[in-house]
Amino acid sequence: MKKRVACIGYGALTPVGITPADCYNAAAQGRSAITLHKSTFGCANAFVASLFEDRIAIAGNYTFFDSLIIRAAAQAIDSAGIDPASDRVAFILSTIKGNIEFIGKQDISLPDSAARMARYFNNPNPATVVSNACISGLAALVQGRRMMLTGRYDYVVVVGAEVQSQFIVSGFQSLKALSEKPCKPFDASRDGLNLGEAAAAIVLGDSAIGWELAEGAIRNDANHISGPSRTGEGSYNALRYVLREADINDLSFINPHGTATMYNDEMEAIAIDRAGLANIPIFALKGCFGHTMGAAGILESIISMIACDNKTILPTKGFEMLGVSVPVQVSAAKRSCSGSSFIKLLSGFGGVNGALLFKKGGQA
Amino acid sequence: MRIARSIDIPSGATLSNLYREHKIEYPKFFKMDTLCKLGFLASELLLEGDADRFEPREDRAVLMFSRNGCMTNDINYEKTMADYPSPSLFVYTLPNIITGEVAIRNKYKGETSAFLLEEYDEGRMWAVVEEAFQDSVTTSAIVGWIDCRSESEWTCKAYLIER
Repeated sequence: MKKRVACIGYGALTPVGITPADCYNAAAQGRSAITLHKSTFGCANAFVASLFEDRIAIAGNYTFFDSLIIRAAAQAIDSAGIDPASDRVAFILSTIKGNIEFIGKQDISLPDSAARMARYFNNPNPATVVSNACISGLAALVQGRRMMLTGRYDYVVVVGAEVQSQFIVSGFQSLKALSEKPCKPFDASRDGLNLGEAAAAIVLGDSAIGWELAEGAIRNDANHISGPSRTGEGSYNALRYVLREADINDLSFINPHGTATMYNDEMEAIAIDRAGLANIPIFALKGCFGHTMGAAGILESIISMIACDNKTILPTKGFEMLGVSVPVQVSAAKRSCSGSSFIKLLSGFGGVNGALLFKKGGQA
Repeated sequence: MRIARSIDIPSGATLSNLYREHKIEYPKFFKMDTLCKLGFLASELLLEGDADRFEPREDRAVLMFSRNGCMTNDINYEKTMADYPSPSLFVYTLPNIITGEVAIRNKYKGETSAFLLEEYDEGRMWAVVEEAFQDSVTTSAIVGWIDCRSESEWTCKAYLIER
């Protein structure tokens, strides 16, 4: 029988909460740590972002980034109740820049961070880093699902994180992609994204209980390395693939990327409309957590799972008036929903797009 | 899954010479960082002469593996970030831009992914490639172990893989 690859445990740390439940409550209540930073990281120009205040590393030779991925993984492993030291367990790390704040000063290799994490849990297998720009977290979940389906592993621990730094902030500033105010996903007056820090982890297992990662796809726009397709080509193709055998009427909501840049949100609205989903409620979480890059796909999937468990569509913090060319159903306020499945979308530089279909399982 | 074609670009080769020798016309090549130049040239050499080359297709994935990702370009960007951060360098500070460049050039609308491994590990690389074929649309893939240790020192092995 085909395995049912499901989320059997999760963990999350963000500036608004250090457990998944805390992070969810912040999103449900519209709380955020997004604020103006005037001289943080030695940046010449002020920026608005969601950053951890407490930047203490765990004991041992670990950076703040390494500590975050270990803490998120530990939460997920504890809640799943698995033995991470087993050779039937594999680790995947999703990140874009990892320890980049230490460039030129110490080891910033992404696979070395992944190896330190696996070693912390005495796991004997080589860890895999998925670094697929802003869809990394979703791509890592797709990769974890595939590894489970081969039968080589009983559990795959998928961990994603991003720590901000002068390197990343100055780069996004140079691209003029950052808003100087709290971001406004899908809003008519949106003018850019806010960067965010987070770590999140999901343990995948073969289980009748818990949220199933029912299907996932990654598709390229083949259009531009730093701008999305105007026709939503890759996002639409990814959506089309995951919807092949899905019941659209059972969808509770779509959680899109919703970065609050002009181009991203417009592109996603077009892709959602082309896929025949313009009537499905959508909410975006960037107004609460900022754009957490390598963590986003995992963090936002966890928040969406909890929301759907609570039969709730979350508010899109920052959204007031629809500012995209097709009438997608962006949820401004918290409300109830039915259905037992949802879709997570992400898009990123390199023209890459991802879609993941989640289906509810039995109760524990 | 089988290796249909493979190529190797020797470490330290002069990439602009390779570009000219193969009569490639793609000016964007000169804007790319070394990692993307290698990925671009490797795919050009693999696909050279294919009749239906630039027909849009969704069935071919681009899967790139390395240890160091875009580290050499990270160092280049870092030199600019304090005083005059360069957006054209910053866009290459992502390990997956190499996959996007190959997809754009060849109009590949299929999967593109970048993976980083602790060391060169063929077993792990082929396992990931095999896993990628679980996507029923994907019937072939451009696969590379392309690892830049510096601007002039690299390993560049690339393959055309068929399901």
